[in-house]
Amino acid sequence: MNVIAVGLGGFFGSILRFMVGKAIPTQSGFPLGTLVINLMGCLFLAWFFTITAKRKNINPNLILAIGTGFTGAFTTFSTFSVETLNLLKEQQYFIAILYVMISIFGGITLAIIGTKLVSLDFKLKRKPTRGGS
Amino acid sequence: MIYVGLGGIFGAISRFLLGKWFTSKTSGVFPFGTWIINISGSFLLGFLAILNLKEVIPEWTWLLCGTGFLGAYTTFSTFGYETLQMLQSRKTKNALIYVTASVFLGVFFAWIGSLLGDVL
Repeated sequence: MNVIAVGLGGFFGSILRFMVGKAIPTQSGFPLGTLVINLMGCLFLAWFFTITAKRKNINPNLILAIGTGFTGAFTTFSTFSVETLNLLKEQQYFIAILYVMISIFGGITLAIIGTKLVSLDFKLKRKPTRGGS
Repeated sequence: MIYVGLGGIFGAISRFLLGKWFTSKTSGVFPFGTWIINISGSFLLGFLAILNLKEVIPEWTWLLCGTGFLGAYTTFSTFGYETLQMLQSRKTKNALIYVTASVFLGVFFAWIGSLLGDVL
């Protein structure tokens, strides 16, 4: 069952990556599509894994389908590597370094923001109950 | 588009099973599973991208195996999340090694794969 959940998520995650990639073409040599995909995935996965860890009543197969399957397949490391390699081969060293740096530091920063969004969400929801009691 | 989806199913399942197997074999201090997956996927995509560029393989093979399977097999979001977890547990050195080793070896093995594609 858990394998099916991962596969189902993988199906939709890959197709969405393919469509977003087509919608955002490479901007004067810079692989913007993959960058946007990977950064959005980092933000979402950190938020999703943190919030599902706090709420114990979520079906584990749903976590596998959305987290491991969908978001895992939506983002991609192999395309990131090959695009960096191609930039290096074309001697676009500055764009290659810029691409790697924004991907890495942007990805980690957005993952931090993703985890922070969870505590913000919990704080906002706690306020009314506190006022009511 | 259906080729991408089909490849994605098997790519995600392979990543899941291989990742689980690696986690059971290692201590869990370092995310070897994602690391091996991302590097091996980069190697294979480097190889396939050349075959696609030289039009040795048909378009559907590239969509199924490249965009679908290898795209879903490798992952950037888990890589980012694992790095964040290491940073939060103050394993800054491990995080630095993980990021550097993933990026450099990923690009290096994509290059080796592309050289292999050039020879064939």
